[in-house]
Formats: sequence, C-alpha cells, structure tokens
Amino acid sequence: MSVPILRHGNVLVASIQVAQTDDELLQLRDRLSEMVGQSRAKGVVIDVTAFDVLDSFATRTLRDIAYGSRLRGARTVVVGIQPDVAFAMVQLGLDLGAVSTALDLDDAVEELNRPPSEVGRR
Amino acid sequence: MSDAQRIAIGRDADIVMARQAGRELAALMGFKGSDLALIATAISEIARNILVYAKRGEIDLSGAEEGDRRGIVVIARDQGPGISDVEQAMRDGFSTGGSLGLGLPGARRLMDEFEIESQVGVGTTVRMRKWVRR
Repeated sequence: MSVPILRHGNVLVASIQVAQTDDELLQLRDRLSEMVGQSRAKGVVIDVTAFDVLDSFATRTLRDIAYGSRLRGARTVVVGIQPDVAFAMVQLGLDLGAVSTALDLDDAVEELNRPPSEVGRR
Repeated sequence: MSDAQRIAIGRDADIVMARQAGRELAALMGFKGSDLALIATAISEIARNILVYAKRGEIDLSGAEEGDRRGIVVIARDQGPGISDVEQAMRDGFSTGGSLGLGLPGARRLMDEFEIESQVGVGTTVRMRKWVRR
C-alpha cells in the first residue's frame, strides 16, 4: 500500500500507516523527491508513528530522503519515533545524522516555520 | 516445540513478516516493550542480510526454556556465498553490500547470545537468543 502524501501549505506530509517493506520505502523516497519539485515545497514531514522497527535500511532511507530534499530546497522533519523503537536504534548504533526530528506533527510544523538560521540553535 | 515456526526469506516483504512473527512469539514468551522492538530489529537485520547476500534462506523462530528462564531463539540460515572473513563482517561499518554495515554487529548487540557460522560456497547460519529479564 502506498503512503498517502498530503500537501499542507508549502509542507508535504507523508503519514506512514503500516510497516513498510524496503521497496515501499524506496518508492516513498522517489515520490517525495518528485513532489518536492512539483509542489515547490519548503518542508517535508514524515510521520513514522506506525513503524514497529526502524532498522538500518529504514534509517538510511529516511536520511536519503532528508538530504535529497534539502538539495532541492526543502527541509525534512521525522516525527513519531516510538520510545521502544528509538531505544532499539540506539542499541543498534543508528542515528539520523543531521535530520531533524520532532515528537509530533505540531512540533514539526513549528520547526519548519522557524528561519533556517535558527535551526539547531535552540 | 509446538511454537516453532519457519519463515522463508526470498523477497523484502518476508523481512517484515519475519520480524512481526518474531515480535508475536517474543510477546508470548513474556518479553515486554523495548525488548520486543530489540528482537524485531535484530530479526529485520539478519533477514535482510539473507536477502542481500544469499537471495534466499530461512528463519526459524522458537521459544526457549532453560531452568526457570524463558526466551526466544532465532536461527537464520542460507546456502548463499558465505562470508570469507567473519571477524571483519562482525565489525561496525564494514559492508560489501552497500549498507551501513550495522546488520550483524548490531544484531549481536540487540540480543543476549549470538553465534555465526559461515563457510564460503556453503552458506551462513546465525543463531541468536535473548532471555526475558527478571
């Protein structure tokens, strides 16, 4: 099942409802990349609340989405990483690099509305 | 044991199936919260290794009981190309498959026990166990 991508102002919101296979994640990456260009979005929010696991492949794909979007002028915020999933990521040795994260959609939108110069300076 | 099950790994949807089956069995064995995510993540990593390096293989899941402790056993088996230098493959960041190189060493960190046997041209078997914390 493909992930619905909604447009909210100049932000694209991808809300992942079920566990994704590797191929589905790569499709999401490609669709988002295309839509960032088409819609001239300035922000991308990826909601991973439904993820049972963020393993090395999923983490790398989220990083790829964020870096790819940034090269096309949009910032990415990943929201909804569950506490147990976060703990497993730490144990595995994974991190999201420079990708922004937020607890929920509201925080993500707030993060995206902040001027880029202030990002990471909280 | 009656709760033993085998999941064939041959396409990427099988990775999701294996880790979900592992999580369900782990919950039955008494694991909670973060341990369920750790076990599911470890299974996801070794299942992907089968797919990437051997194309196909299988994962056996079963409950474990030893004295009064309970746990889960995960055995991943393939007849793929094998690993020529297991020590190197167990090092963080080493990968010949274009990945982050955290699969095997990461899975070892997530589980309590981890053994790997590999022979070039014959295949690879990974055995992992985790015990319910008391």
